[in-house]
Amino acid sequence: MAEFIAYLIAGIATGAIYALAAIGFTLVWQTSQTINFAQGEFVMLPAVLVLLAIKLFGAPVWLGALIGIAAFILIFGVGFKLTVVDPMIRHGVLPLAIATMALSIIMKEGAKDGFSAEAQNFPSFVPTSTIEVFGAAISLQHLAIIACAFAVIGLLQWFVGGTRLGRQMQATAQNPTVARILGIPVERMVLLTFVINAALAVVASVLISPIYLAKFSNGEVIGLFAFIAAIVGGFNQVRGALVGGLIVGVVDSMAAAYVSSSYRLAVPLVLLVVIILLKPEGLMGRKEERRV
Amino acid sequence: MSVQATRDAVNASPRLARLPLGGTFDGAFLTLVAGAVILWFAPVGMGRYGTYVLSLWLVMSIAVMGLNLTLGYAGLKSLAQAAFMGLGAYTTAILTTKYGVSWYAAFGLSGLLTFAVGIVLGFPALRVKAHYLAFVTLAFSTLVWLILRNEQWLTGGVFGISNINRPDFFGIKLFGALEFHRFVVVVTFILAVALWWLIRSPWGRAFTALRENPIRAASLGIDTRAYTLLAFAIGSAYAGFAGALYAPLVEFIDPSPFSLSQSFFLLLMVVAGGSGYLLGPFVGALLGVVLPEWLRFAGSLYLIIFAAIVMLLLIACPQGVSGLMERAWAKLTGQRGDGR
Amino acid sequence: MNTVLEVDNLHKAFGGIKAVNGVSFSVKEGEILGIIGPNGCGKSTLFNCILGQLEPTEGRVKLDGREVTHMRPSELNRLGVSRTFQLLQVFPELSVRENLILAGQEHEGSMLSRLFGARDAGLTEKAEQMIGFFKLGHLADAKAGGLSYGQQKLLDAAMAFMAGPRLVLLDEPAGGVNLTMLGDLKERLRAINAEQGATFVVIEHNMDFVMSLCSRVIVLAEGRVLAEGTPAEVRANPAVIDAYLGH
Repeated sequence: MAEFIAYLIAGIATGAIYALAAIGFTLVWQTSQTINFAQGEFVMLPAVLVLLAIKLFGAPVWLGALIGIAAFILIFGVGFKLTVVDPMIRHGVLPLAIATMALSIIMKEGAKDGFSAEAQNFPSFVPTSTIEVFGAAISLQHLAIIACAFAVIGLLQWFVGGTRLGRQMQATAQNPTVARILGIPVERMVLLTFVINAALAVVASVLISPIYLAKFSNGEVIGLFAFIAAIVGGFNQVRGALVGGLIVGVVDSMAAAYVSSSYRLAVPLVLLVVIILLKPEGLMGRKEERRV
Repeated sequence: MSVQATRDAVNASPRLARLPLGGTFDGAFLTLVAGAVILWFAPVGMGRYGTYVLSLWLVMSIAVMGLNLTLGYAGLKSLAQAAFMGLGAYTTAILTTKYGVSWYAAFGLSGLLTFAVGIVLGFPALRVKAHYLAFVTLAFSTLVWLILRNEQWLTGGVFGISNINRPDFFGIKLFGALEFHRFVVVVTFILAVALWWLIRSPWGRAFTALRENPIRAASLGIDTRAYTLLAFAIGSAYAGFAGALYAPLVEFIDPSPFSLSQSFFLLLMVVAGGSGYLLGPFVGALLGVVLPEWLRFAGSLYLIIFAAIVMLLLIACPQGVSGLMERAWAKLTGQRGDGR
Repeated sequence: MNTVLEVDNLHKAFGGIKAVNGVSFSVKEGEILGIIGPNGCGKSTLFNCILGQLEPTEGRVKLDGREVTHMRPSELNRLGVSRTFQLLQVFPELSVRENLILAGQEHEGSMLSRLFGARDAGLTEKAEQMIGFFKLGHLADAKAGGLSYGQQKLLDAAMAFMAGPRLVLLDEPAGGVNLTMLGDLKERLRAINAEQGATFVVIEHNMDFVMSLCSRVIVLAEGRVLAEGTPAEVRANPAVIDAYLGH
């Protein structure tokens, strides 16, 4: 039982990370039809940039973090939207999706060439010790991840539901055409979702890297699980992405503990197949109507 | 499907899949014949390595050709082309080294297996929405990778399978680089002609229709589900065939060339060459596989440059290099060139 | 005369909005039925439910007495039901002739014959006939995407007739078509109706077009059948006048 609780907490912690990535993915997809296949690399890169800033400028950790994060949001929030999405979307969603695959290759290989092919330690802002809860050894890092991730998601929910800007963004996500008629600056709202996506990726990156270390190939698994989380939750639901992320995280953690470590990755894949077969619109999703 | 999705499906097809009506043999077919003849003689005096690179180009072209059918003609995103190629390569390697099966039988089985897996994967995914195929194939890619790495008893794990024999051709041994290269030329030619036939048949017309406007296609009696599935499965089978040739070409296989990154890379080759052009895959594979070998470029750096070039191409000319050439030809002659 | 199409108590709701709210009607063989009604009265949704493009919430659709309610569009089409769309729906990258061959190729032979058989599926002659019939002769080899709006509209109609359907549902065939072409279109439709005995259901806003073409008219309002009768009867119906004036 104690072991189970420890795995559950660990699963919720990684699940929260997947949820952050999946929420950003869903937001961007909803507002601009961008299927971002580089989403995993978006979570991988900020940690690498932070370490790079520390290494290059000899900056203290906090300054390095600030530089790395600012650079990331600027390049992969605003820059991504303006230089990749905007010129590409007129050709349709397919070329854009392929462009994000090209981007993922550039980010991954760039991190490998420009930084390191080996996993690097990433500074943790909480002690790596554990505390005892009901006889289970719970990692403080996991608890910190859960607290931070949920705080960020709560903040996002408040922003979307409780502020004028957030509601405008939500309206844009639900129906850009109507939003435009209502006088909402749709273009700016779309850009905002890209910035939020980048910011969520930064949070996920900073939270996960002390545990997984910073490595160029981290994005593969994170990206895959974020996509699975988005589909499991319901492809176009922010709430769904949260639920999906947590489910995938817990399933993954339990699989590692009780199935086999070499096939832990396969278990969430099975989950994906089951969902597509039984409830293709996702757990929280609504059936999409075909229109002509 | 929503209005938006319909429009996307229409917008997502910038390629010009023209289906020429006149003549039994068109320019594309003649180019294939000429190409086969040139490649038959090309490696003379090129040495072992040069010949190997040429063969590798053709093998990769087969995989890209299949993906071109899936992506370029039918408008579907498959992210598992390298995994399918791995399936074909390992099937052939295991059957020929461990069970003494002839290469020809293994080649056929590799194609059959990848076709069947394509159907099994595609059926549930395409039932929902076309872009679910992307995620299902993404997951499949990871699964294949895990099996190749973990099932040591079958696949040799990270150490792979070595000493893969090259086949005979009616008693002629194909062990030498040149002999095997010529064999690859013949197989590639046959597969390319088969695809050329397919594209020009009513099936090709139906593929184009479901890429351009699936809803209208369905209202004209076109079984969009069946055609979509077939395009994907046939495209996957081409990867299986490519794998079955790849294994004896390199004589040693391990999981690394069949990773998810490689699947992305193959997609980029389709786009670079010109998706929806019959000859595009040869151009794409030339840029993706042969050029870095000749330039002696480090793998990682070349990948970055290649990906960046593809992104620029996507912005400037989504029809890829074939599209650029078609434009240039049209400018030169003041009319529409026939680039495929 | 036989009943070709029978629609029984059809409902379609999008969330809380009832787009089609209990519509019943039937169409006899050889008839040209018009469906009119103000914008948003559920005409197109009705078509899409009948043709399997949308799943009706409730109700049944029968073709020749056989239930076809949940059939897929492609299957229905192969049973001889064809349609045109309100918005342009041709294949822009294919030539006019190729568009027409495509519209007919799935109606004969098997998947295998379509792979190994003739490239035009033996339909070139038929396609030429349709091209001539709809007066698109000079455009046979032009890409459909390059045609004018009215020409695409004609091609769209020609595609619907390519496989010799028994029942054709036309969604605003006259929309955006200029007057000369409109006359052509009406004449072509009449000819096909008379010569081949094809049955039509036509959604249209253009009153003159409907009233002169159709033998019977149904008026829809807010997802229900408001009135039904000959063009003259419908025109004189006070409820119909109200519904149109009220909007």
